[in-house]
Amino acid sequence: MSQARRAPGIAPARLPEAQLAANFADLHPALNGHEALVASDRCYFCHDAPCITACPTDIDIPMFIRQIQTGQPKAAAKTIFEQNILGGMCARVCPTETLCEEACVRMTAEGEPVAIGRLQRFATDTLMTENGHPFERAPDTGRTVAVVGAGPAGLACAHRLAMKGHKVRVFDTRPKPGGLNEFGIAAYKAPDNFAQAEVDWLLRIGGIEIDLSPGLATGLDLETLAAEFDAVFLGIGLAGVNALGAPGEDLAGVMDAVDWIAKLRQSAPADVAVGRSVVVIGGGMTATDAAIQSARLGASEVSLVYRRGREAMAASDFEVDLAAASGVAVRTDARPLRVVGGVAGAQGVEFERTETGPDGKLTGTGETFVIPADMVLKAIGQTLDAPQGVTVTGGKIEIDAEGRTSRQGVWAGGDCATGGEDLTVTAVAQGRDAAESIHRALAG
Amino acid sequence: MADLRADFVGIKSPNPFWLASAPPTDKAYNVRRAFEAGWGGVVWKTLGLDPHIVNVNGPRYGVVYGADRRVLGINNIELITDRPLQVNLDEIKAVKRDYPDRAVVVSLMVPCDEESWTGIVPLVEATGADGIELNFGCPHGMSERGMGAAVGQVPEYIEMVTRWCKASTRMPVIVKLTPNITDIRYPARAAVKGGADAVSLINTVSSITSVNLDTFSPEPSIDGKGSHGGFCGPAVKPIALNMVAEIARDPECRGIPVSGIGGVTTWRDAAEFMALGCGNVQVCTAAMTYGFRVVGEMTSGLAQWMDDKGHAEVEAFRGRAVPNVTDWQYLNLNYVAKAKIDQEACIKCGRCYAACEDTSHQAISMSADRVFEVKDDECVACNLCVDVCPVEDCITMERMAPGSVDPRTGKVVEDGYANWTTHPNNPGRVAAE
Ligand SMILES: Cc1cc2nc3c(=O)[nH]c(=O)nc-3n(C[C@H](O)[C@H](O)[C@H](O)COP(=O)(O)OP(=O)(O)OC[C@H]3O[C@@H](n4cnc5c(N)ncnc54)[C@H](O)[C@@H]3O)c2cc1C
Ligand SMILES: Cc1cc2nc3c(=O)[nH]c(=O)nc-3n(C[C@H](O)[C@H](O)[C@H](O)COP(=O)(O)O)c2cc1C
Ligand code: SF4
Repeated sequence: MSQARRAPGIAPARLPEAQLAANFADLHPALNGHEALVASDRCYFCHDAPCITACPTDIDIPMFIRQIQTGQPKAAAKTIFEQNILGGMCARVCPTETLCEEACVRMTAEGEPVAIGRLQRFATDTLMTENGHPFERAPDTGRTVAVVGAGPAGLACAHRLAMKGHKVRVFDTRPKPGGLNEFGIAAYKAPDNFAQAEVDWLLRIGGIEIDLSPGLATGLDLETLAAEFDAVFLGIGLAGVNALGAPGEDLAGVMDAVDWIAKLRQSAPADVAVGRSVVVIGGGMTATDAAIQSARLGASEVSLVYRRGREAMAASDFEVDLAAASGVAVRTDARPLRVVGGVAGAQGVEFERTETGPDGKLTGTGETFVIPADMVLKAIGQTLDAPQGVTVTGGKIEIDAEGRTSRQGVWAGGDCATGGEDLTVTAVAQGRDAAESIHRALAG
Repeated sequence: MADLRADFVGIKSPNPFWLASAPPTDKAYNVRRAFEAGWGGVVWKTLGLDPHIVNVNGPRYGVVYGADRRVLGINNIELITDRPLQVNLDEIKAVKRDYPDRAVVVSLMVPCDEESWTGIVPLVEATGADGIELNFGCPHGMSERGMGAAVGQVPEYIEMVTRWCKASTRMPVIVKLTPNITDIRYPARAAVKGGADAVSLINTVSSITSVNLDTFSPEPSIDGKGSHGGFCGPAVKPIALNMVAEIARDPECRGIPVSGIGGVTTWRDAAEFMALGCGNVQVCTAAMTYGFRVVGEMTSGLAQWMDDKGHAEVEAFRGRAVPNVTDWQYLNLNYVAKAKIDQEACIKCGRCYAACEDTSHQAISMSADRVFEVKDDECVACNLCVDVCPVEDCITMERMAPGSVDPRTGKVVEDGYANWTTHPNNPGRVAAE
């Protein structure tokens, strides 16, 4: 066993099955009924509650918690799903420590928020386990809408449109629907194939057709779609990735973190190859997730290196703490100069220490060091593959408050669009709001 | 989806949740927002004759907390409305006009003479209100002036005033009862005799919530003195349920419709009142503690429960618990149960042990490694361990199968039903055939 663990290069099965299973089990196991009652008792049912304001989908949090407290988790689930049809996934992946739970008045009182995320999961799990779908489709309107992208934004939009009686066709180029819920989110956040189960459950509203056609990526033609459908929603996420732009980037063992994670998400942990020494470059959620999952697969040393200071990292305190607890060495204020290695592949990354000036300007200090690595994961941001015909600002499709793009009849939301953080919950909010806007436009 | 509509003595409301006559229904500003939040109806804060009363200018509420400052009960020394009669009447009229689908009942309390009552009732009728509720309940302040509980504690007065009101209006007349009386059936029967369409109960329970140990004044303290107030909230629910059941079971009350009040805080409380026969419920403290929005939990929870149980409408379950309320002497003495501790669920706090060992029947054993087990040969199935256990469903009461031997008594558990009236130890038993 220790031999497998220490094998040089990039190899699968560095840890015994049982250890891998434990490492990739539910990060926050579901609350049991007793725990849920105790946790729900802590909510004060605040007036105009700050937690609601902090939730991008405006879930009526105190109401659903009170419904759990009074023994009606299914009614609680309905309260959640009315605002956020992917409330099940959001309960698992939302960085609640920077959203609802950060705003909870119990943070002010005791520094310990109501466990909103886990209570949300308790409620949504209860209803979904019973396979109950709380909504019905309105009579068919005869209108059709094309939704491009089956990620959280597209699915939320499709569900709301279907509820209103429109016919929806959802296009995606990937072999499965779900977007980053299926291909991106850390494996231990949504185990047991939850992403697909959630999509199947969501589709029970009816009136939604999923069209998975790999060729579409090249042929995304707004003209054709707009001509064929009464409205178009773009929820295409950020399909491109930033390049390092450093020598050695092409060496074997250097990969895009999102691609590696996508493979990981589609495999059993024992089948995922990981380096003995891994360097992850970046400071966001993708970087921390890649580093944590490398460590949990059994990499001996994992370093996460970010070019600026800790405070500038996009990953939350919780994620960075989780990385540290998983054995990841987090190093800040260093930027990659080149990947060291040869025909056998990467052997390390040379970094230069940096300083961030008072104006936020990053400068190299000239001091360098090398971290050995046989696998290098690049997590320095994703980019939009913008379709023709819509205005793009700052790398995102420009939308107004209702989700309308510059082009008549075309809406957008989620990571590909302006506004809000790149989070699952933001994508859901924008998809849902765009659906309402589309519905108004189709009705008017 | 369950149909929550309620029809109480001909007064229709979209759901059975009404706000009780109290500060939440004190003025149009409140009532309108309550309706927007989803309340099915209101009983307007009690009107009186001009010149209107005045309230104290210091604190009027005291409180009893559970853990984490959860409000279990509030006590108040507030009187009836402290606004001029005409202001209230005008507002009632406007609100009813704007919310025709909601119930608007007006609570009244005037001096105990015929002119006062027959004078004010037509003024209320002119507003278009759906009914009146006679407040014979207030335990403080008003009773000292010969109104409220002072009337409610004398059945003859109740009957008399009810009759005056019935004679002077076509509106339904609801008589609100005070719990500050030994046997609630007497005032309820008086209301029936006077021709009341319904009774509502309970009003607040006379109380002193606490004493300040620095100043030795009861709370709430006004300049170092306190008074007897009225207690309400979750803590009074058992008193209210008991009185509601007494009326529901009393043949002389002739099935008079009941509006249940007292500690209704969740959908479940409401369902319990209605299972005991209430046609609707009224709520005060829950709204005062959590705001009008709390009705959202009540309506959604009740609907969910009804859906789960297959009750399509409230009439489907209303009164279903009434036949199961009986006198002690008719309880089945052949029903033998034993407490059972689920060792998986047990967190080993030992509260069951302390309770049983010190105050019950020494029927729980405790091992050196804190395993708690029920001794079936000592357990009388009193339920105390179940009640004090902090974990839901950890200790349960399990019925012994007929034919098995109860290790405590050594007797075979008998099938069938036998009660105290035929028990050999009963000196007054009816002879067995
Ligand atoms: C590694 C990683 C971890 C993350 N962890 C979290 C987390 O823990 N919590 C959190 O809240 N957020 C997290 N996020 C962010 C979150 O996943 C995204 O914000 C969210 O998925 C955005 O949803 P979306 O629908 O806009 O885009 P996506 O989920 O990216 O979905 C877009 C879909 O569009 C499809 N598509 C793209 N182009 C086309 C085309 N031309 N034609 C047809 N289909 C197309 C794609 O195949 C994809 O399925 C993470 C992101 C990454 C990368
Ligand atoms: C501050 C306060 C004022 C009240 N005023 C009245 C009143 O004017 N008329 C009345 O009939 N009942 C009055 N009540 C009693 C309530 O209507 C209700 O019967 C009682 O509070 C029990 O219900 P609850 O447990 O839901 O609070 C008052 C209660 C409170 C707390
Ligand atoms: S802020 Fe906290 S206590 Fe207040 S309503 Fe939200 S979850 Fe409850």
